[in-house]
Amino acid sequence: MRRYIVAAIFVILAASLLSIPISFSFGSPIATDMDDYFIEYGQVQTAANNIVTSVVFDYRGFDTLGESVVLFCGVVGVGLLFRRLMEGEEYEDE
Amino acid sequence: MKMSKIVRTGANILYPFVLIFGLYIVLHGHLTPGGGFQGGAVIATGVVLVIVANSYEAVTGMLQKVVFKAQESIGLLLFIGVAAIAITLGLPFFYNFLANSGSIFGLSVPFGPNHGDLNTAGLIPIMNIAVGIEVWGGLTVIILSMLSGLDRKEA
Repeated sequence: MRRYIVAAIFVILAASLLSIPISFSFGSPIATDMDDYFIEYGQVQTAANNIVTSVVFDYRGFDTLGESVVLFCGVVGVGLLFRRLMEGEEYEDE
Repeated sequence: MKMSKIVRTGANILYPFVLIFGLYIVLHGHLTPGGGFQGGAVIATGVVLVIVANSYEAVTGMLQKVVFKAQESIGLLLFIGVAAIAITLGLPFFYNFLANSGSIFGLSVPFGPNHGDLNTAGLIPIMNIAVGIEVWGGLTVIILSMLSGLDRKEA
């Protein structure tokens, strides 16, 4: 019984994954206002030839700040996990 | 842990080129594909090449973890500080006040395909450098932390 449920879920997921290329036409997005704005004005407004960078660091700079903070938090977490033990400190077995 | 002489010699010859390539990616972030994150990762890879090829004890004298932690914090603070300068000028947060201003990084760019100039794009190169410094320090701290565990186990 359980095997059939798993198989049914797998079939549904595969069918929905395969239906994406059929139901959506690639190359013709629905909303293009923002893209057209960036392509038309991005190079002149930010004076950067790389439009991706002008979006990442200028128009969407706040998102990049969050990205940097996420990396910082990751490094802090690794530093906590892999820190050197203090003098006389031992690992505790729970 | 020590690699063979061939690996050590090759790594010691190659790592300056890796560092220069990473710096190129960071500095040309507003002209070519790449930017602070990717270039910082490349530079950190060059540092990791030196650490892995040479023995850990020989490298830890030069590459202190504290230095890279400070470097990461400085990068993030520089990023936020550059973005916050605009507030003190009465402009929105992250406003690119240097672009098209004529001062440093302030040249204008015409619309359409052109060969580009390094001295453009205002705050974007500065932010790229800040993020590059941060990623360089952060990834090196991660690698140094993990290799220090390896060092304890072998000792």
